[in-house]
Amino acid sequence: MKLRRLFAIAYKETLQVWRDPRSLAVALLMPAMQMVLLGYGVSLDIRHVPLCVYDQEQSQISRALVADFTDGGWFDIVSYLPDERALRAAMDRGTCAGALTIPVDFTRVLTSTGTANVQTVFDGTDANTTNIATGYAQAIVAQASADFQSRWGQAHALPAPTRGVVDLEPRVWFNEGLDSRNFIVPGVVAVILALVGSQLTSLTVAREWERGTMEQLISTPVTALELMFGKLAPYFLIGMLDAAFCLAATVFWFDVPFRGNLLALTVTTGLFALVVLGIGYLLSVRIHNQVGASQVALLVTLLPTTMLSGYTFPIDQMPLAVQAISLIVFARYYVTILRAVFLKGSPLAWLAAPVFALIVTACIIIWLAARSFRKRLD
Amino acid sequence: MSAILARGLTKKFGAFTAVNQLDLDIAPGEVVGFIGPNGAGKSTTIRLLCGLLRPSAGTAIVAGFDIARQAEAVRAHIGYMSQKFSLYADLTVRENLRFFAGLYRVPEAEFENRSAFAIDMAGLAGREDALVRTLAGGWKQRLALGCAILHRPPVLFLDEPTSGVEPQARRRFWDLIHAQAADGVTILVSTHYMDEAEYCNRIALIDAGRLVAMGSPGTLRGRHLGGALFELEGAPLGAALAALRQMAGVIDATAFGDGLHVLLRDPQDAPALPEKLRAQNITASAPRPIMPSLEDVFVQLVSHHAATP
Repeated sequence: MKLRRLFAIAYKETLQVWRDPRSLAVALLMPAMQMVLLGYGVSLDIRHVPLCVYDQEQSQISRALVADFTDGGWFDIVSYLPDERALRAAMDRGTCAGALTIPVDFTRVLTSTGTANVQTVFDGTDANTTNIATGYAQAIVAQASADFQSRWGQAHALPAPTRGVVDLEPRVWFNEGLDSRNFIVPGVVAVILALVGSQLTSLTVAREWERGTMEQLISTPVTALELMFGKLAPYFLIGMLDAAFCLAATVFWFDVPFRGNLLALTVTTGLFALVVLGIGYLLSVRIHNQVGASQVALLVTLLPTTMLSGYTFPIDQMPLAVQAISLIVFARYYVTILRAVFLKGSPLAWLAAPVFALIVTACIIIWLAARSFRKRLD
Repeated sequence: MSAILARGLTKKFGAFTAVNQLDLDIAPGEVVGFIGPNGAGKSTTIRLLCGLLRPSAGTAIVAGFDIARQAEAVRAHIGYMSQKFSLYADLTVRENLRFFAGLYRVPEAEFENRSAFAIDMAGLAGREDALVRTLAGGWKQRLALGCAILHRPPVLFLDEPTSGVEPQARRRFWDLIHAQAADGVTILVSTHYMDEAEYCNRIALIDAGRLVAMGSPGTLRGRHLGGALFELEGAPLGAALAALRQMAGVIDATAFGDGLHVLLRDPQDAPALPEKLRAQNITASAPRPIMPSLEDVFVQLVSHHAATP
């Protein structure tokens, strides 16, 4: 391998990207657009669930309970309903996801018997939201109930019920607020890098075949390795710059805590960039046309990265067969690494397994790409 | 030693034989014209000799290297201009030169000199920073030649370099080819312009993948016809053609524009032709002896139908 030839190719490729609006758009605009779309668009948090209230009693206690629903930001009261039928109409129009109904004799029953019921109704067509919102409602009512009990006890000088109560003290590590953005946005970086990296290189060899410049190129003494590394070099730089931009946006714009070290992040990002660039290049070598190669690149990188990398859908909740398939989805290793580095601050040594998997993938892809290129027309 | 030597060179694409048992022997410094109709196998032969295609059978040695076993060494010692224009249209003149100089590892110290020569040769002085896509055909072709000779290859393959280029530019291109040959460069150039064949030291006529004839334009004209060529006008043309072909002493007769070209075994038979035709109710002018063109030779050597433009 001669560096002179490698540099000649890298320089030429850089000039071509610089002068090609399509490549420039993929390299510069796409990451920014995707970062905004995916960073803001994908959130698994359920907050501010729109709620209607049918408070038949309108007492001090019932209003205090309604206030508890809105205080934590879990629910937003969108309207107060005059009657039962209005609830159905509101659900049908989609103005609310559910309703809280407080019976007309709520305070009386509560103070006389010590137990009273309130009802929540949720729209089950969105099962996930309903599931979580019901959980919130239960927690809020349980808390309100406990508060009421202790105030009631104090007022009537009763002893607090201290026996036989087991309290769970839940603690969450690494993402204390259980903010889904904190684990999704680092994964977005993987999705963007997979998309941009493979798209850029999927054009590079196919373009030469389409324009007829390949025939001239392979009549020179350039070798398959010189061509590959020469062509990958500028895209590697672009990929790393894009990654740096996205990672910076993750930390400074989306406020995802970064607790790991920059070296681990750089090394693993470089490995992942090599894998996705290699895939695009391999496809470009195999499929001699730009449109075909970029379509296939989209299919083999974006789809597995979004669906099977664990970036949004947890891998351990997938059927076993799908879990097995996800083992060859290289992006899952990078997503694992990103989350660990960002949220746990894991050093490189603790990430040996996923890093090793990335190294192996990178080697296989690069080896295949180098082997696939033939300096012949037949 | 030959600069280009081929023995039994054959290339098959499936059932189709593009190049069939081709033998070539080209000396250093020769300009050899590769002539033949479209699809005759000219481009395939050139690609074989450049190491871009693997031969199905036969061997070839180019610049001292075997095209099958030493393809990389061959590539380092040849310059190639493919049929389709193949420089980078989105790079400037100088950037293209720098790129190919890099691929051929032209010493940095010599790059300025050689690229200045190429720019001068292409007539592109002052347009070094123009994007190649903005250049007209003739300039592009000359720049492509400039890129192909940056590394001073001893052997040059030019595949229809002048197709689609206007006549003056074609003339100028041939001057450049001869300047290279004068420096000892061996050049195999394909063309389908018959008039360009006259610029070559030797011509290789190829048809349906076979080498039909090879020799200097003069030898081909004289020897290969195997007779004396005459031109006459006859009416009706079709009947005259048929009648001439039946006559004793006539090797061949072909329609050429409005007239007829008749190849006679013995030139002495010529004056009697109009008389014989009149006997068959065909009017004919007196035959005039003509210098055969390469086109005549070509028509004679290959099937009539392949040679019809």
